[in-house]
Amino acid sequence: MKISIQINEGPYQHQASDTAYQFAKAAIEKGHEIFRVFFYHDGVNNASRFTLPPQDDRNIVNQWAELGIKNADGEPELVVCIAAALRRGMLDESEASKNGIDGNNIHPAFRISGLGQLIEAGIQSDRLVVFGD
Amino acid sequence: MLHTVNKSSFERNSLKSCLNIIDDTSVILLIEDGVISAAKNTNAPMIADLAAQGRVYALQGDVEARGISSKLADNIKLVDYAGFVDLVVEHGTAVSWV
Repeated sequence: MKISIQINEGPYQHQASDTAYQFAKAAIEKGHEIFRVFFYHDGVNNASRFTLPPQDDRNIVNQWAELGIKNADGEPELVVCIAAALRRGMLDESEASKNGIDGNNIHPAFRISGLGQLIEAGIQSDRLVVFGD
Repeated sequence: MLHTVNKSSFERNSLKSCLNIIDDTSVILLIEDGVISAAKNTNAPMIADLAAQGRVYALQGDVEARGISSKLADNIKLVDYAGFVDLVVEHGTAVSWV
């Protein structure tokens, strides 16, 4: 079955991203397809490649990256909402150069895109499960 | 439908709101702090009828993390994350009460 996930909260402060990750992992292990994970609102903070938790703690960003959720073209299907990301200082290379900012922080396993990607995930998937707080 | 509730009923009204609209075929899965409503001597009576019908599940890891495994109200079914996935697959639309 095709399943998509929406995450509305950032890592470490709320359990939403942890629960969603365990859910996604279990779904993949059961042979289901995770079509897309859409990071919305504070959920965009799950995509920061500068995340450095202590060594004895889980790295939530890397955990998501290691799931390797991609489409047939090899593009990441860990999708970060562009409006939510930019207003929180989450930028990829293209948005940084477009806005004249000297750095970017989106992990390469994620990509920035628009809200249409969430709507499309809802249409293309058999299920959409929301994790928030 | 599958309704997930992730807040304690002492913190928010999401479980009550969910119970107000749930239909006869839907089930509830308590996750995160939502599992607190499955502990005996708390707000478990709210869900006792549904639980007796076998329609209330709780996420095992969250139950254990909150130390309520030995205090679980009657008829609450425990599921792991694989069981969570099965509930999503079996029950169609998933509604998240936050």
